[in-house]
Amino acid sequence: MNPIYLDHAATTPVHPEVVQAMLPILENVYGNPSSIHYFGRQARKILDEARRTIASSINAQDKEIIFTAGGTEADNLAILGVAKKYKHKGKHIITTSIEHHATLHTAEYLEKEGFEVTYLPVNENGQISIDDLEANLRDDTILVSIMYVNNETGVIQPIQEIGFILENHQALFHTDAVQAYGVLPIDVQLLGVDLLSASAHKIYGPKGIGFLYAKEGIMLEAMQHGGEQERKRRAGTENTSAIAGFQKAVELVMEERKKRMETYVVYRKLFLDTLSDQGIQYEINGNPAISIPSTINLSFPGTNVESLLTNFDLAGVAASSGSACTAGSVDPSHVLSAMYGSDNERTKNSIRFSFGIANNEENIKEAALKVASIVKRLTN
Amino acid sequence: MEKRPEDTRVVIGMSGGVDSSVAALLLKEQGYDVVGIFMKNWDDTDEFGVCTATEDFEDVVKVCNQLDIPYYSVNFEKQYWDKVFTYFLDEYKAGRTPNPDVMCNKEIKFKAFLDHAMSLGADYLATGHYARIRKTGDQYEMLRGMDENKDQTYFLNQLPQDILAKVMFPLGEYNKPEIREIAKKHNLATATKKDSTGICFIGERNFKEFLSEYLPAQPGKMKTITGEVKGNHDGLMYYTIGQRHGLGIGGAGDPWFVIGKNLKENVLYVGQGYENDYLYSHALEASQLNWIRPVNLEVPLKCTAKFRYRQKDSGVTVYPLKNGDVRVEFDNPERAITPGQAVVFYLGDVCLGGGTIDKVIKNEEYVKHLA
Repeated sequence: MNPIYLDHAATTPVHPEVVQAMLPILENVYGNPSSIHYFGRQARKILDEARRTIASSINAQDKEIIFTAGGTEADNLAILGVAKKYKHKGKHIITTSIEHHATLHTAEYLEKEGFEVTYLPVNENGQISIDDLEANLRDDTILVSIMYVNNETGVIQPIQEIGFILENHQALFHTDAVQAYGVLPIDVQLLGVDLLSASAHKIYGPKGIGFLYAKEGIMLEAMQHGGEQERKRRAGTENTSAIAGFQKAVELVMEERKKRMETYVVYRKLFLDTLSDQGIQYEINGNPAISIPSTINLSFPGTNVESLLTNFDLAGVAASSGSACTAGSVDPSHVLSAMYGSDNERTKNSIRFSFGIANNEENIKEAALKVASIVKRLTN
Repeated sequence: MEKRPEDTRVVIGMSGGVDSSVAALLLKEQGYDVVGIFMKNWDDTDEFGVCTATEDFEDVVKVCNQLDIPYYSVNFEKQYWDKVFTYFLDEYKAGRTPNPDVMCNKEIKFKAFLDHAMSLGADYLATGHYARIRKTGDQYEMLRGMDENKDQTYFLNQLPQDILAKVMFPLGEYNKPEIREIAKKHNLATATKKDSTGICFIGERNFKEFLSEYLPAQPGKMKTITGEVKGNHDGLMYYTIGQRHGLGIGGAGDPWFVIGKNLKENVLYVGQGYENDYLYSHALEASQLNWIRPVNLEVPLKCTAKFRYRQKDSGVTVYPLKNGDVRVEFDNPERAITPGQAVVFYLGDVCLGGGTIDKVIKNEEYVKHLA
């Protein structure tokens, strides 16, 4: 039995071309990019090229890209870095109740440090309201951090509108674009964001590498101290081979993004149609009209996450849920709680399926049939 | 036709201890399609966010990876609270000494967890208990584990036929040192892990402290049966029949023991000497009987019984009462029979089943100071 991977929102397989791009670096380019000799220059050249490719992928300048160890670090650097540097201007931060924990837990940490955080609610579609945001903006608001695409539901937030609102406010605007990068077109000028986080391993690149875009002129308190890498904003020897892999992954995204999205629209329809044909009762969490096509979050009434995920895995279907179930503890999904209320059964019976290059129409159909037969068995 | 092992899915309940680790290993070696599941029944997260379940689950993960079997977890905190912990508190409130392990096996491990295993397409549920199951004709029997010291049939006495049909106890034929040996030989991550002791949800904590968080303690008098006050007690629920330690009665003569309780007057009865006559009784009445195989009680049943875990068997005769309850007469007077505990019956190595001790009888009268 070949397990079918429907968890691309968790992480993606490394694209074969990315592997090919990384191998020669691992094999030959071992210099420290900060070194002044030949070996250092070789490595530095790779960094510069990657930085240029990545910057242009979001219409930014090279120097606005800070390489990090991934999305979580980028979020931390953006939020903590801004909070510490701009606290003289105010100690109020606005975010949403559906952020990734990399943002939520960082915000909670700042609350303990004396900052005040407003968590904007979302409606049943999964979106925040612009009015809410405006109503909560204060003179002492220094940062607004709102994710571009939600990792559990795939719902897109109105980033461009938010950017527009914030244009005339002192608050800096950060967006966690980890789930959006490589899926939606991103132009930081058009979006009006000041800071943007992204990660390589969600777009068929290697793990352990990501970046934070920080608009020129924005000051960030460094979170780790040491060498002068990344313009003193992120100390530590750069991960050259991962950065080269990231560059390749970005190049591939730029070429294939539209085609991929069209494919995922087909997969999503095929998956849902197959479930419906099998007579499966499900509800879609969030509004698919404002979601990316590669992520779909389904509630199966009369089931529970533990049984579903265990059964799916045993049947060779790899999916996941926003409810963390580790060591036997099930924390209902905070995202679905924010959308439907924490008492709603959806918080405990919903599964995220996310499509990507590990899929084809055949295995999407096969997975949907397996899911259908398990849901039937569990609800009988 | 019997399924081949590789087509037979066995879900094994893994606690992160050495017993269930080796049980999983043995099943794997026998070629079964083994699935390891960690069950969480109690939230003991402390103020630092540390919870022993997390550490235990880590061990489950390590062992399952060593065995190359999938692992998952499942949460039964709510069911455990409703079915086991509520019973546990109610029994203490009623002045009895509950046996949460028996209840956990009956309501959680071999009910909720078994259902979960079956929903995963399992053919069998396995656990690391020391007990054996034997199929005779179309009947299932439960036998004591080969290791007399570790035999756990006492705690499993409430399992009925239809459940035993779906259960495997891979450790039944082994003794504990052999299990440790197997674990070491295979270098299992849990090979040298200390066995857990005590009631699972209390763990290593102080029992008195734990209980006082849930039940208000009502201190009262400690008296002899004849009414002589010997001191004060901290709350009846903290004491069990036959207990010696923690009474704080000094003076001359033999040590003092708990011999009974009067819930209404909140009095703890104490008496001197391990062999104190008040601790002895001749018979008991039990309810909640589970007979693993049908037993005909029209003829009084001569068998042996255990009244607490890790006690030697005693000869008894079982007589039927109404509603399926039984009266159990002892061949010889028995010491410290405790209402709320299980009485479990055996014929040789075969565990016949058991029930809950309700009343204690001495000289044909109910012993009043034993509820």
